[in-house]
Amino acid sequence: MGSVAFDAEDRWNAFITICRRAGHGDGPLAGVPVAVKDIISTAGIQTTCGSLVLKGYVPPYDAHVVELVKAAGAAVVGKTNMDEFGMGTTTESSAFGPTTNPVDTTRVPGGSSGGSAAAVASGMVPMALGTDTGGSIRCPAAFCGIVGLKPTYGRVSRYGLVAYANSLEGIGPMAGNVEDVSRLFSVIAGPDARDATSIDRPYTHTPSSDRIRGLRIGVPAEFFGEGVDPAVAERVRAAIGDLADLGAEIVECSMPSMAFALAAYYVTCTSEASSNLARFDGVRYGPDIVSKRSWHEAYQEHRREHLGKEVRRRIMLGTFALSAGYYGKYYAKAQEARKNVGEDFARLFADVDVIAGPTMPTTAFALGEKTADPLSMYLADILTVPANLAGVPAISVPCGTVNGLPVGLQLIGRHCEEELIIDAACAYEEAQR
Amino acid sequence: MTEHTDVVIGLEIHCQLNTQTKLFCGCATDYKTDGPNTHVCPICLGLPGALPMINRKAVEYGLRVAKALNLEVPEESEFARKNYFYPDLPKGYQITMYDRPLAVRGHLEIEGDDGEKDIRITRIHLEEDPGRLVHRAGAGRVAYTLVDYNRSGIPLIEIVTEPDLRSPKEARRFLNKLRATLEYLDVYDGEREGGLRVDANISIRGSERVEVKNISSYRGVEKALTFEITRQKNLIRRGLRVVRETRHFQEGRGITTSARSKETENDYRYFPEPDLRPLRVKDWVEAIALPELPDARRDRFMATYGISLNHARTLTGDLRLAEFYEALAAKVEPTLAATWTADTLLGELNYRDMPVTTVPLDHFTDLVGLVGRGEVTDRVAVDVLRALLNAVVNNETPVKPLDYVREHNLGKGAADAFAAVIDAVIAENPQAVADYREGRGTALNFLVGQAMKKTRGKADPKEITPLIAARIAPKEGA
Repeated sequence: MGSVAFDAEDRWNAFITICRRAGHGDGPLAGVPVAVKDIISTAGIQTTCGSLVLKGYVPPYDAHVVELVKAAGAAVVGKTNMDEFGMGTTTESSAFGPTTNPVDTTRVPGGSSGGSAAAVASGMVPMALGTDTGGSIRCPAAFCGIVGLKPTYGRVSRYGLVAYANSLEGIGPMAGNVEDVSRLFSVIAGPDARDATSIDRPYTHTPSSDRIRGLRIGVPAEFFGEGVDPAVAERVRAAIGDLADLGAEIVECSMPSMAFALAAYYVTCTSEASSNLARFDGVRYGPDIVSKRSWHEAYQEHRREHLGKEVRRRIMLGTFALSAGYYGKYYAKAQEARKNVGEDFARLFADVDVIAGPTMPTTAFALGEKTADPLSMYLADILTVPANLAGVPAISVPCGTVNGLPVGLQLIGRHCEEELIIDAACAYEEAQR
Repeated sequence: MTEHTDVVIGLEIHCQLNTQTKLFCGCATDYKTDGPNTHVCPICLGLPGALPMINRKAVEYGLRVAKALNLEVPEESEFARKNYFYPDLPKGYQITMYDRPLAVRGHLEIEGDDGEKDIRITRIHLEEDPGRLVHRAGAGRVAYTLVDYNRSGIPLIEIVTEPDLRSPKEARRFLNKLRATLEYLDVYDGEREGGLRVDANISIRGSERVEVKNISSYRGVEKALTFEITRQKNLIRRGLRVVRETRHFQEGRGITTSARSKETENDYRYFPEPDLRPLRVKDWVEAIALPELPDARRDRFMATYGISLNHARTLTGDLRLAEFYEALAAKVEPTLAATWTADTLLGELNYRDMPVTTVPLDHFTDLVGLVGRGEVTDRVAVDVLRALLNAVVNNETPVKPLDYVREHNLGKGAADAFAAVIDAVIAENPQAVADYREGRGTALNFLVGQAMKKTRGKADPKEITPLIAARIAPKEGA
């Protein structure tokens, strides 16, 4: 037992809340400072989700993963900045101001777990927890040049994770290298009786570079298609070439369901969000509700004033998609498309062990570049959402730079085969040293 | 055929299941005597990040009902979110079931207006109760509303019938039978306040259907439906159209009023609850052992105790009453026990709005015993019963019936002890005596009544009637 004096200077606005003195216990992470994305509930520490609507909300309970991280001896040193409720790819929609990219402070860190990525990339902390609904761990990992793992859906409990899109999202580790990602993952993976979607697959693996020989790696043409920056594509192709040099077998393949993946993703996540965020009505927590003539009016004003523009946009999109007369056209259809994505992965994974491609179609955007054009921001998620739609694990590992900005190599695996993509990432990382 | 054959009624019944804990969390459900917001946790408060976990007991209770009402349980059922805003709803949605309910297509037999009939059950499903609003009255701006989340997450079962009911009376009979069945199944506590709420769909054949929402008592259902039938028939008689709408029942005024507010125009935007896995519980049904249900108990009562169909039906229509009767019938003559329980006791209880569980069984057994041995008249016994029940109501220790009778000198006197009374009655009512002698039999009843009055009910009319008749009979051959 002890405590950590956390005095790192936050020049990137990576944190919403910093705990300058954090207690810790014994265990595999004894005394390691860990940053936690501010969408994960922490007893006694404000949890805002980057939103004004939760400003001042202090949860009375710890999320399952926070209990586990604490039990492993880690010190929770702060809550990291993020796009409001995880809805964004840049960490610019936070009510607490944007986070900047430690590699280039004129650039965004990616999102929505941009604060966690910046906290790691800047060296403030060795590891952090992020959440990934459609790429929110992998995107900032790629943009900031660190490693981020989106686990299999259900392998890490969501209990205490403030819901944005329940059927897509999960909590995962972010760190400067594969080994630390693996260490943090071994602490947070496993079953939880409080999450009905949790699965009983603990993770006890030690990363090894030995399994790369003979590994069959599928490379879908769609991951290098329209909208992917040719320089990024080239860098990732080169990285895949490095894997081949290490003994992996490269299999060119195709994933036709990608054509509808992004639409399926946005219909599903906005629909779920429109329901999940209904509870932020000002009655129980968050800023005081201003008393009006009727509760209807009070609710409307509270939500208009305290929810940001992107959040309101997604709530309205989702409300529309679930409306009577439109459900079949949008939500039901999105579930069909989602099933197709799952079937595509199943078909490919019958033949290959891992699927590889870029994590993001570009390098980090300039600050403000995407804020006026939400659609172009949504399009940037095209390569990360398939893993969320299918619930399969995916890792982003740095694979060099383009014009000085980091590029991420994405490795996607079969359900509950984090071990294999971590090994592949480990082999690649080792070869780069 | 009855006057209501053109009436079509279907019911949706919401009933609280009496599980120990809530539907999706471990909070205890026995909050009745505790203060507001004392039985809450992150889950039933809908705090950000909390997730529901299904209470297996609640599912099992639902399946018990499904089996008892002859419903089919599909391979898979699924919870869904019903989205709407209301201050008593902490998550902004209610977890319920929508297009994949727990069980479908069953039936329950009731005593209909024209004999026994099956009422078809469309479906049953599980859902969570919202919290409760407490409105604090005050002048103008002082008025405010508090929210108590103790009720939030209490498991409800919703039972939906086909439009098979033809009168308010049938609707009430159905509800009584349903309640009895739920109590026999030990999934529902009928004495719990607000444990049952009913929505009724009602139409006059050929006209539009009206939904009456939120009727919270059994009597309310019959009243609301009767009011609606009259209202709709009046409209039709005056050549007006019945408007398809939702109406609220105003319990205090016994009327329904149109609910043309925005809240009823909700689009609930149902979609599958992503935080819960679909339920696969068809296999559980076989393992469920049903207890004896009301109809079986009714038949057994008739066979075992030799009591009438009417008595058996009444006595088994309420689980506690049935248990009370069985305990009584083990000690006193069963048909007498049935008469005294179903006719006399039940009437006195209804008059006082008392549950049968408050009646001291030993005292009542003694009382029926006194009647059975002919030691008191029926009339005295009713008086003793009333004194007994009044003592219970007033929280006094009730006196043993035998002691009460002795104390008040109410024992049945031997008939000859009343000779003087009979003499006096005959002397005081010469006109009645003359009428009787002229063949007007009712005059004898009058004289017996006078004699009863003079003895404060102690005389047994069955015994003194022939005595008086013999004294005043017209002389043979006169």
